[in-house]
Amino acid sequence: MIEVTDVLTDPRWSPYLVGLGIGVLSWLTFLISDHPLGVSTAFARSAGMVERGVRGPEVAKKPYYQEHPPTIDWEWLLVVGLFLGALVAAWLSGTVRWVWVPDMWAERFGAGAGGRLAVALVGGICVGFGARWGRGCTSGHGISGVLQLVLGSWLAAFCFFAGGVVVAFILYGAS
Amino acid sequence: MLDRIRGSRRSQPVLGLVFGFCFGFLLQKGGVCRYEIIMRQLLLEDFTVLKIIFTAVITGMVGVYAMRGAGWVTLHKKPGSLGASVPGPLVFGVGFGLLGYCPGTAVGAVGHGALDALVGGVVGIMTGAGLYAAAFPWLRERILDVGDFGDRTLIDVLRPRSSWMVIAPTVTIIIAGLWVLERSGL
Repeated sequence: MIEVTDVLTDPRWSPYLVGLGIGVLSWLTFLISDHPLGVSTAFARSAGMVERGVRGPEVAKKPYYQEHPPTIDWEWLLVVGLFLGALVAAWLSGTVRWVWVPDMWAERFGAGAGGRLAVALVGGICVGFGARWGRGCTSGHGISGVLQLVLGSWLAAFCFFAGGVVVAFILYGAS
Repeated sequence: MLDRIRGSRRSQPVLGLVFGFCFGFLLQKGGVCRYEIIMRQLLLEDFTVLKIIFTAVITGMVGVYAMRGAGWVTLHKKPGSLGASVPGPLVFGVGFGLLGYCPGTAVGAVGHGALDALVGGVVGIMTGAGLYAAAFPWLRERILDVGDFGDRTLIDVLRPRSSWMVIAPTVTIIIAGLWVLERSGL
C-alpha cells in the first residue's frame, strides 16, 4: 500500500501528475486571485527596488517602472512561495545539496566554479532582458498564455525553446 | 463572494504565497528545477519539461475556458507583436540554454541548493530585467510595436461558433503528441 509519506518523500513525480497539478493550480489562480501564473515581472520589480535603494526614488519615474512599479505584489509573493515550496519539496526528498557546478556541466567543462558562474550570469542576464522584452517567460507565456491560446504566447514559447535548443547543441552537441 | 476575496488586501498576499508554494513544490517534484533535466530537454533527449508544460496547458485550457463560459473568470492575455514576441524570446532562449534554468525554475533550483541558479540565475535575471528597464524607452520607440497583432487568440482568428470547436481539437492534438513521445520512449 502506498502511504502519503512515501509520496511526499518521493524525489520524482510523474510529469503528467505534475502537469495536471499545475493546470489545476492555474484554475485556482484565475478563479480566486484573478491572476495567471507568471514569474518574470517579479524580477523586474525586484530590479527596480534594488535600483531605487541604490540610486534613490527618482528611479520609479523611469517609463518601464511606471508600467511595472517596483513594489511587492501578488506575483512577487508567488515567487517567494515558489522558492519555499521547492525548498520543502527537496527537503522532504532529502535532495537539498549546496552545489556550485551541476554534474553535467562539470563532466563537459570541468568542475571549476568560475567558468560555470560566468556563463550562468551571462545567461541569466539574457533571460531577464529577453523575458521583459518578450513580456513574459516560460510560465507567463509558456503555461498561462499558451493555455489561453494567445497567439503571441505560442510564438514566444516556440522562440524560447528554439533559442535554447541551438545553444544547448552548441554547448553539448558533439558529446 | 469571489469579488470580495479577489479584492481582499489581506487574503491576496497570503494566497499568492500559498499558490507559489504549490507551484514550487510541483516544479521541484517534477524534476524541472534540475539543470540536467532542462538541458537534456533542450538537447531533445528527455521530454519531461514539455510533458509537464503540455499537460498543464491542456488541463488549464479546459478549466479556464469552462469557467469563462460560466462567467466566473476573465482571461488575462498579453499583447504580442513581431518586434516583441520574436526577438525578446529568442534572447531569452539563448539565455535559457546558457543558464539552464528559466526564471521560475531558477528560483526553485535555489531551493535544492543550486548556487549557480542563485548567482547566475536570480542575480543575472534581475540584472537583465534592470537593463531592460533602461533600454525600454529606446526599444519602445523603434521596435516593440513593429508588426503588432494584439492579444488575439486562436479562437479570435478561427471564429468558430463555439470556443470548444478550437479547444477540443487542440487538446486532442496535444494528447496525441504526448502519446507519440511516450511510444517513442522519450
